[in-house]
Amino acid sequence: MTVAVTTLELSRWQFATTIIFHFIFVPITIGMGLFVASLQTAWYFTRSDRYLRLTHFFGQIFLVNIALGVVTGIVQEFQFGMNWATYSRLVGDVFGAPLAIEGLLAFFLESVFIGLWVFGADRLSPRLHLLTIWAVAVGSVLSAYVILAANSWMQHPVGYRINPVSHRAEMTSLWAIMTNGILLEGFAHVISAAIVTAGVLVLAIAAYHLIRRREVELFTHAARLSLVFLLVGGASTIAWGHFQGQLLVREQPMKMAAAEALFTTEKPASVSLFAITPWSNPSKNDFNITVPHLLSFLNDWNWNSKAVGMNELQSEYAAEYGAGNYKPNVPVTYWSFRIMTGVGFLFLGWAALGLLLVRRRRLESTRLYLLGSIPLVLLPFVANTTGWLLTEMGRQPWIVNEVFKTSDAFSHSVSVAWVAFTLGGFILVYSVLALVETGLVLHIVRGGPVPVSKEDREEGGKLLRMGY
Amino acid sequence: MLATTFISLQGFWFALLGVLWAGFFVLEGFDFGVGMLMRFIGRDDGERKAVIGTIEPVWDGNEVWLIVAGGATFAAFPSWYATLFSGYYIVFFLILLGLIFRGVAIEYRARREEQRWRSAWEIAILLGSAVPAFLWGVVFANVIHGVPISSSGEFTGGLLDLFGGYAILGGFVSLTLFAFHGAVFLTLRTKGKVRERAKLAATLLALPALSLVIVIFNRSAAASGAVDGKWIAAAVLAGIAGLLLALSLGLARRDRDGFAFAATALAVCSTVASFFVGLYPSVLVSSTSAANNLTAFSTSSSHHTLWVMTIVALIFTPVVLVYQGWTYWVFRARLRGDPLPGTTGSGGTSSRSSG
Repeated sequence: MTVAVTTLELSRWQFATTIIFHFIFVPITIGMGLFVASLQTAWYFTRSDRYLRLTHFFGQIFLVNIALGVVTGIVQEFQFGMNWATYSRLVGDVFGAPLAIEGLLAFFLESVFIGLWVFGADRLSPRLHLLTIWAVAVGSVLSAYVILAANSWMQHPVGYRINPVSHRAEMTSLWAIMTNGILLEGFAHVISAAIVTAGVLVLAIAAYHLIRRREVELFTHAARLSLVFLLVGGASTIAWGHFQGQLLVREQPMKMAAAEALFTTEKPASVSLFAITPWSNPSKNDFNITVPHLLSFLNDWNWNSKAVGMNELQSEYAAEYGAGNYKPNVPVTYWSFRIMTGVGFLFLGWAALGLLLVRRRRLESTRLYLLGSIPLVLLPFVANTTGWLLTEMGRQPWIVNEVFKTSDAFSHSVSVAWVAFTLGGFILVYSVLALVETGLVLHIVRGGPVPVSKEDREEGGKLLRMGY
Repeated sequence: MLATTFISLQGFWFALLGVLWAGFFVLEGFDFGVGMLMRFIGRDDGERKAVIGTIEPVWDGNEVWLIVAGGATFAAFPSWYATLFSGYYIVFFLILLGLIFRGVAIEYRARREEQRWRSAWEIAILLGSAVPAFLWGVVFANVIHGVPISSSGEFTGGLLDLFGGYAILGGFVSLTLFAFHGAVFLTLRTKGKVRERAKLAATLLALPALSLVIVIFNRSAAASGAVDGKWIAAAVLAGIAGLLLALSLGLARRDRDGFAFAATALAVCSTVASFFVGLYPSVLVSSTSAANNLTAFSTSSSHHTLWVMTIVALIFTPVVLVYQGWTYWVFRARLRGDPLPGTTGSGGTSSRSSG
């Protein structure tokens, strides 16, 4: 029995490690894809040198990231079968479909057209070449949609039935799976967060050069564009996150109660600003600062509505699904939620401040703002990761909400030793790749944008040739 | 009997997976071959640039065939996917490491000028191509030859059960087959000295590839029981594969590069077809007991899911084939290893079109 638990635990650690690493590159690919496609579109219509140079410069950074996104993505598809064979057998009928569709509909589009974009500039007309980067961007966005459809089904299973004989989930409606409410809102939230990620990345790189007074005109322009991305993306991320939260209160009340460290049912409910909660199986906070009525308002715009607490939900679940702990890890869920939202609001404020400086034509000369923008580059990854920690850890103990438990989902034929070996292997390899990748991005950033020659200007072909 | 079960949704999806794997092995097969041969056929940086340039624009799209084959197995045959990937756990882990290093190496090699940087990534391309090329043979040999699988459909063997004699033989078959396929592809896509060396490599690799294919088919034929319609169909397809390999050597030596490549591509397809016909209706053979074999019918998804996925596949597969095919048309120009600094490997104009 101990052995089984350990295989389960290590498989969870491995999945968490590999998917967190993968999801560093996913939002960069989506956000930078849209950003670079926008730059190239601006160049196509204006034929201005600045857009040509920015497309090429940020295109290089985009490409270095997409490589890691692609190779770490294959791991995720294989891993369901490798480490979660029981899960795969139980839900493959429903869950496998979006994965297959993702490959056919989205990943092919992204992967085939990236080759055309990188190497096709001198073989395709500028218009066709512009279309290839949009195909890549659309492919990555579609990919996110379909993968989120699979994930949303785990959060809020729809369009299926449990076969009474085999006890496996079977698809009854692909349409229901692809239009899951939690999917539509989650998709808008994730794409917005990817736009924020790209905005912060571009802002930090522009700030780096502006501090050194290099290419001031070019990078002032890039910084302005990034601030627009950041403001729009930030506001949209927060708005969709909020709607998602309101939906989750109804669909996954335990997750949201844990995210608020709400143990006892309250009417009206107060929002927690700072709670200290025991690590394992808590039934109350050790310490909590609250704002009355605010949680009721956030949940459904009503200052006096009821919010159900974890203790009440626990009794309900135990009555329905049998004895057991149905609370997720409260400190992780609670703090992930707060870190994520905190970073989101920080970005929104930072974008507003930056745009104010733009209005006063002081952005490029406000050293403090530029210096502050550089370390900010780490925060999108913190927010993206904590967002997923909230989503996935908050769903525990379920792997498919209220249908299958995580503890019943792992591969029985894989020994603890092998999972330990592969987990160690992934950590080692991913660490090396992270170092190499970071070094390469810094190398490209330091190198700066390349100049435009006369022939580049005429056709745009040579500079838009991303490969060597 | 065989014909009637093939005309079922399970039979259709089994055949479709055969097509997806064949597509993957034809396309990624030459990528693997080019990756393995890169350092031998390209003697200097300019030549290596040309060699890798033949696959740079297309390798990523080629690898998606694997993603789709994996996803389709998951969707159509969840229990096949589950037992295969969890049972062959360590093999798939090593394949993943190979594919990770290879993909990153192809993208990163050219990004810095230092010799050490380039050599390190070239070795990563070499190993990242050779290791998966070998291990895919191991996987498929085990699927048809059998590994211990219990009555509950779980793999019960250990590491040695995954690397038996037949599996190792299967590994060498795919390794040499892909190396030969890659060499023929390079003769089609390059010119000058690089092409001459690729032609030499193809000549040297043809005989080992052909002999290994013959050896493994003889062992498979001897191991299988009664001679029935299925046996004959698999044997005929295997024979065709062997003939096509011999033919492609002859064509390559006569500089009919396009036809030679078509012949190795079809040989890969025939090999996969022979495998899938020989395997059907099993999808994973159990060496413990024939009663424990997983079949297309015992592992499949529900009727509804198979129908839905059939419609999805029929709509999107042709679209993908069109734009992926178009990519190969865009990048049809032959490449030459140009020693001049600052030139791009694939900058040469087309002197001969492919095919």
